[in-house]
Amino acid sequence: MGKTVTIDAKGMHYTPLNKKIRQAVADGAGEIIIDNVLGQRFIGNGLRGDATIVVNGVPGGDLCMFMSGPTCIVHGNADHAPGNTMNAGKVIIHGSAGDAVAHSMRGGTVFVRGNIGYRGGIHMKQYDDKRPILVVGGNAQSFLGEYMAGGLLIVLGMDGSEYFGRGVGSGIHGGEIVIRGDVDGSRLGVGAKKLPLTEDDRQRIAPVIREFAGAFDLDPAELLNAEFTRIVPASARPFAGKYTWE
Amino acid sequence: MSLGSTPLRYRISIDRERCMECERCIENCSYGVFRREGEKIMIDSRKCTACHRCLAMCPRDAIMLEEYPCDYRSHPVWTRQAREAIYNQAKTGKIILSGMGNALDYPIIFDRLVLDACQVTNPSIDPLREPMEVRTYLGKKPSRIEVKKKENGDVELVTELVPNLQAETPIMIGHMSYGAISLNAQLSMARAVAETGTFMGTGEGGLHERLYPYQNHMIVQIASGRFGVDIDYLERGSAIEIKIGQGAKPGIGGHLPGEKVCLDVSCTRMIPLGSDAISPAPHHDIYSIEDLAQLVRSLKEATEWKKPVFVKIAAVHNAAAIAAGIARSGADAIVLDGFKGGTGAAPRVFRDHVGIPIEAAVASVDAKLRGQGIRNEVSIIASGGIRESADVAKAIALGADAVYIGTAALVAMGCRVCGSCYRNLCPWGIATQQQNLVDRLDPDVASKQVANLINAWTLELAELMGAAGINSIESLRGNRDRLRGYMLDESLMSVLDVKQVGA
Ligand code: SF4
Ligand code: SF4
Repeated sequence: MGKTVTIDAKGMHYTPLNKKIRQAVADGAGEIIIDNVLGQRFIGNGLRGDATIVVNGVPGGDLCMFMSGPTCIVHGNADHAPGNTMNAGKVIIHGSAGDAVAHSMRGGTVFVRGNIGYRGGIHMKQYDDKRPILVVGGNAQSFLGEYMAGGLLIVLGMDGSEYFGRGVGSGIHGGEIVIRGDVDGSRLGVGAKKLPLTEDDRQRIAPVIREFAGAFDLDPAELLNAEFTRIVPASARPFAGKYTWE
Repeated sequence: MSLGSTPLRYRISIDRERCMECERCIENCSYGVFRREGEKIMIDSRKCTACHRCLAMCPRDAIMLEEYPCDYRSHPVWTRQAREAIYNQAKTGKIILSGMGNALDYPIIFDRLVLDACQVTNPSIDPLREPMEVRTYLGKKPSRIEVKKKENGDVELVTELVPNLQAETPIMIGHMSYGAISLNAQLSMARAVAETGTFMGTGEGGLHERLYPYQNHMIVQIASGRFGVDIDYLERGSAIEIKIGQGAKPGIGGHLPGEKVCLDVSCTRMIPLGSDAISPAPHHDIYSIEDLAQLVRSLKEATEWKKPVFVKIAAVHNAAAIAAGIARSGADAIVLDGFKGGTGAAPRVFRDHVGIPIEAAVASVDAKLRGQGIRNEVSIIASGGIRESADVAKAIALGADAVYIGTAALVAMGCRVCGSCYRNLCPWGIATQQQNLVDRLDPDVASKQVANLINAWTLELAELMGAAGINSIESLRGNRDRLRGYMLDESLMSVLDVKQVGA
């Protein structure tokens, strides 16, 4: 673990801020603490390496987009699309996040302690050993996991609310969505189907839930034993059969 | 089946006098038209796609192809195409997919525009003797520059310039992805653009490692499926292009069927083997012009503001207003893709009916940006239906900085525009992933052909410019005075901002 670098982001534009973060990583910093973050977008954007970035405040959109390796811990809420097209690494958000969280994420992990907006995990995809994971502690708005092509998306409903979104998994053709409680069939989008969570599935997701609980100092026991619905693609080819050739 | 079969589209016949039964047609036709039965080469014309591979390979010129050998009762409304589409949909109840570009008989505006030449009152320029500047810089230009005079009398530029692409010719190759076309096809074009000092697009299929040596001539694409996109990919490209729309199918996404996702395509796109690669209609992180600005800046931030970012849209009714928004998003160039643009696969109804011609889109976008005083903020790249150097000259005179060619580059490699790219059987080794077919395309030869085409068009462009007394591409750009409309109606001429012939 390298040294810790602290940056005061008060009133700073995102470009000089990101330059400072890159410089710190290049200089071998292991931890970069950014104070007074207020709406700066693109923090950690395209960043490589294994540093930990601690964001104190509310970062703007596209947090850690294209990021490949580092860990980013946000003590606050996050805006639009944190973890967008992320490749590897971790984003841990102690508050809630906006729309399109983990959009097109290809690898790594996004944990959100609170709620997320619309289109969470949309078009996440997997390849080889790269399997993106999005876990939401609270609840998620509609169009969750649309077009999902791989990866794992878990909604833990820790606030006690039932899943209320609709259009879950429209066009899903890979990966799985696991939502606490029963999800009424009418909430599923075209191309998605629900299955009960088997004991094998539960074993498989248990390490992810434990890791999530660990990130936020929660007791995992209750989460591990909760009832879940599993939503998967009805077919790997949702659009086959729609077309004929000229 | 109450409908029975429809009449043959093509009839293949062999002149038995000339045929020496060498069987090259059997070997070459990937659609399986020819077979040998005893002494005879048999023909199943229904399988033919008019790809001309057999004709090109027959050593005796013994093969003849006839299109529509059997007529329907002629009728101006109920065309053959209209009737056959109905038969197809009556049988299947599905959306008709088709290949290549717009197949309806719209008038081509380029062909109703004529170029100017000098006579007497001002001399034309001989490109053999005088330098012709066709080098094109793509990207933002400052609206004014500040210079400082040094003590020794030299001047120094104070204004900080943003990165531009330097193309040695305004002719570039547009985005055709690995997956839609073969690696040998991409490789051939990559070598050609490297040799001619221009650029090509990767399409939304990632960048195969065999193209890394040419990465300084590649524009990497980021589309709604985000296939193959990671920070390495973005950094490799000489520029990054956000694809919002495509002229052949404005408003909808696309999908590469699982059958075409072979091992190599799978690893370049970074998706599992054999899975469908679905690009949704919108980018789901772009629902507004502000969101576009966010993605443009995000890409610049990720690549440390070293790369120009292009935004490609399909040419649609409101292209000018949309382009004005894009110009303010921080993008460096706008690619306009007209409704004659090609594609591996598009729903027929979109291919033929949605979008507007590139000529009108370029002219109206250029006029709008000039009107708003922001033309210097973005370059305009015209694509979709550029067939020859005259189209390039006309597109530039209508306001484009450069053009993308697509189908023309494929034709330079042998493509016969048969429109069956989706079948993965392209006999020219272009739109296929079948190794035996891909091997037919030799990158050493094909790259030369594509480079020849770019060089030849560039020479012609220089000649056209010289004849018009123009020695720099900058002076041709947006120079409507060098164009006249021939048999165009007045309102279209006012959109194009050109005068009538004789005026
Ligand atoms: S499909 Fe091509 S190779 Fe086969 S018969 Fe027709 S034109 Fe010849
Ligand atoms: S590229 Fe497409 S249109 Fe051209 S010859 Fe091959 S299959 Fe036919």
